[in-house]
Amino acid sequence: MSTDTTASNSGAPTTPAGKAADYLDQRTSVGGAVKEFARKVFPDHWSFMLGEIALFSFVVLLLTGVFLTMFFDPSMALEEYHGAGPETMQGQLMSVAFASTLDLSFEVRGGLLMRQIHHWAALIFMAAIVVHMMRVFFTGAFRKPREINWLVGTVLLILGLAAGFSGYSLPDDVLSGNGLRITDGVIKSIPVIGSYMSYFVFGGEFPGDQIIPRLFTVHILLVPALILALIGVHLFLMVLHKHTQYPGGGRTDKNVVGYPLFPVYIAKMGGNFFIVFGILALMGATMSINNVWNYGPYDPSPVGAGAQPDWYMLFLEGSLRLMPGAGMEWVIFGYTLSLNVLIPAVVIPTLLFLFLFAYPFVEAKVTGDKREHHVLDRPRNVPVRTGLGVGFLTAFIILALAGSNDLIATHFGMSINQITWAFRILFFVGPVLAFLITKRICLGLQRKDRELVLHGHETGRIVRFANGEYIEVHRPLDEQERWLRVNYTAHKPLEIEPATDARGVKRKGYQKDKRWQRLSRFFYEDRVEPVTPAELAAAHSHGEHDEIAAERKSPEVTTGAESVERER
Amino acid sequence: MSENQNPTPGRDVTTTSGAQDPERFTDPGVPAHKLRLTDTDPAARRRNERLVVLLFAISCLGAIGSIVAYFAVRPDGTTEGVRLSTIALGVTMAISLLGIGIAAIHWSKSLMSDHEHVDERHELASSPEVREVAVQHLTDGVEDSGIARRGVLKGAAVSALALFPLTFAVPLISSVGGDWNISKFRHTLWERGTRLAYDPTGRPIRAADLTVGSAAHVIPEVPQEYMESHEWITEKAKAVVLLVRLNPEDLRSDQSPEGETWSYDGIVAYSKICTHVGCPVALYEQQTHHLLCPCHQSTFDMADGAKVVFGPANRPLPQLPITVDDEGYLIAQDDFAEPVGPSFWERLK
Repeated sequence: MSTDTTASNSGAPTTPAGKAADYLDQRTSVGGAVKEFARKVFPDHWSFMLGEIALFSFVVLLLTGVFLTMFFDPSMALEEYHGAGPETMQGQLMSVAFASTLDLSFEVRGGLLMRQIHHWAALIFMAAIVVHMMRVFFTGAFRKPREINWLVGTVLLILGLAAGFSGYSLPDDVLSGNGLRITDGVIKSIPVIGSYMSYFVFGGEFPGDQIIPRLFTVHILLVPALILALIGVHLFLMVLHKHTQYPGGGRTDKNVVGYPLFPVYIAKMGGNFFIVFGILALMGATMSINNVWNYGPYDPSPVGAGAQPDWYMLFLEGSLRLMPGAGMEWVIFGYTLSLNVLIPAVVIPTLLFLFLFAYPFVEAKVTGDKREHHVLDRPRNVPVRTGLGVGFLTAFIILALAGSNDLIATHFGMSINQITWAFRILFFVGPVLAFLITKRICLGLQRKDRELVLHGHETGRIVRFANGEYIEVHRPLDEQERWLRVNYTAHKPLEIEPATDARGVKRKGYQKDKRWQRLSRFFYEDRVEPVTPAELAAAHSHGEHDEIAAERKSPEVTTGAESVERER
Repeated sequence: MSENQNPTPGRDVTTTSGAQDPERFTDPGVPAHKLRLTDTDPAARRRNERLVVLLFAISCLGAIGSIVAYFAVRPDGTTEGVRLSTIALGVTMAISLLGIGIAAIHWSKSLMSDHEHVDERHELASSPEVREVAVQHLTDGVEDSGIARRGVLKGAAVSALALFPLTFAVPLISSVGGDWNISKFRHTLWERGTRLAYDPTGRPIRAADLTVGSAAHVIPEVPQEYMESHEWITEKAKAVVLLVRLNPEDLRSDQSPEGETWSYDGIVAYSKICTHVGCPVALYEQQTHHLLCPCHQSTFDMADGAKVVFGPANRPLPQLPITVDDEGYLIAQDDFAEPVGPSFWERLK
């Protein structure tokens, strides 16, 4: 509504919209909220849209999910099928859940479309969450004051896995039934309580006749309610903190530079919702997914070769596949401990999520930094964080690929044993290599930034002096370009108090401090300092910057570009 | 990086001057605003307006098209018909959605003001005064309740709060695991004299019908009605067996204990439930006698007591002791000697 229609203190509103606004405001004081939020400034960047994609995929999941619940019947009662489904399914004994999945696909108009949109939306939802987390991680958006929101986001990721897994199993087909069977095997491997946990989940022995209705409740009530509540917390904190912004001229930790919510972001976010929904509709219309009638109803006996879970579960599947079994089942006082299941299916994922949960706090500790951060880091400027992130992703991707080792084997005609062995080794070597390479690339990019700031852009223009000397002309950076490359802090390793105090008494907690310092060195030993105005001035006056660089003990400072300095 | 000395809050400020700190550069401020074509050229503005209108119009057509598709493209009862109807409904739906989305974004990018605004941020921590009042409120509240002074009351309140969840948890937990009788893991439908039958037909298997090199998926022979119950699915999940007939010379070993023969004339029967996490082990390779689990690629050697030759499984598949009855049908000598399927804590107890 336009401003002239809102109630003003000069008198009663006259237009219908004004009257409505007045009515509402007198009962809700909505005016305050509109004043506060309507023109709230949001920074602009394409990567800020990734979280939106996750949010909008979730909205699509809710909408299509409501459609599906109208027709899906989560009963495990058995029936002989005679319905609209394909010929191969006629007369088969199957659960009502499977039969109603067939009916809602083949009989309900638009039912198959909604099922396929729902499934694609789930895959995109998880993918968007992961990519959004990557953006947050690599730009350091998890730093103070956003650590809690990072935790909320990580819990949302786990809830997303739970939502996906519980939904995937609902049609009660052979493929998802074997997924449940694997879950049962994993649950049973849990020490002491495993067998009882299995009974807890399945209401008795696997598969029993309870699991589908139970998963249905989990899938349509428990998990979505939690996700919705946490999305509320996530967005509330985002608004409270005000969005982070990328570094650039005029952007500081004390301001937020961008466009107003109304109208620009209403239009952009609203538009983004429709684009996400539209693309999902297009995928649901043209790309068939999870055709359960090709697998058939659940039967404990058959299993298809080349079976894959949805992509976000591949890392767990791969982890199970990579673990060698020999010697990994221990019997202690007659009790069985299946490390060949426990390690890949429980320990490894726990470690992965522990890294995600703990990282912001560890980094804050080794940085010794207690300030608020609202300007994002360029990933190159924090090489160890970026390296760790890439290492983590490498481990995740190797596990996911290992989850498809049978498909790799059949597609490329390779030996499954050799592929498995290669992945076993890569799982340990890959992340370390990825870390080292990424860190080096980051340091290299930082040095490139220094060189650009000190010497400017290459122009490709060669000039010959009267004395016969050739030089290439370099164009200095403009203020904005330079600011982007010099405006960061190269953190130094923590400095700790000495082991003994002034009177030679051993200080309590020194060992602990020293351990943190060691970790801090790992993070910040190698660093590239930003160019200072003094260095720039020195670089511009022939050749002097080399001495300055040596003085600052930055081995990374550019060297040897003799001709470059002469440009000016 | 927040240490720039002169944050320039205003917009469109590009110049800085004055004494330069030798250690830090000064923030040049927000870059100068660049005008778009639509800001300067009324014709371009009108063109973009028309484009947005056109996109919304396409969306309307998509929505109407979806209704038309609903009535015009009716599935004819075949899978292809359903597929066609899905494409028609979905593509028109996508057009109506994408039309709105692209129109809104183009509108915001080309026609709405793109002047950057600057808002201030404030530190999140409350001011010391606010904190003081907050702490005072809490102290007053604690004082009012008297909880600090009344130890017995505190204990009683905590006890009550700690106990009440039991009223909810006990009935739930006692029922949620069925009868909690985990000893069922140890027994299957196989018992002395149960005939081996083909899965899924239930037809009993005669030893003479099996040629050397053949493999069969096997279930215990049960009444036909029983096969239509849920109990059967749960029992079948433990009882399925894979049977192979090897050339008796190829059979290096099986799991028969001293003085017993668990195989019959080169025919061996092993549990089909993987000892890793319980997938049905279904891929038999005749040449190598290897049995591969398609889930995690555990590989078992059927000619050598179903020992693990590769993969994440640790134990051999349990063997079903078999023989033949008077009519030549294969029968079980007994149930499996150990629990089938994945390991669990009490497995050997």
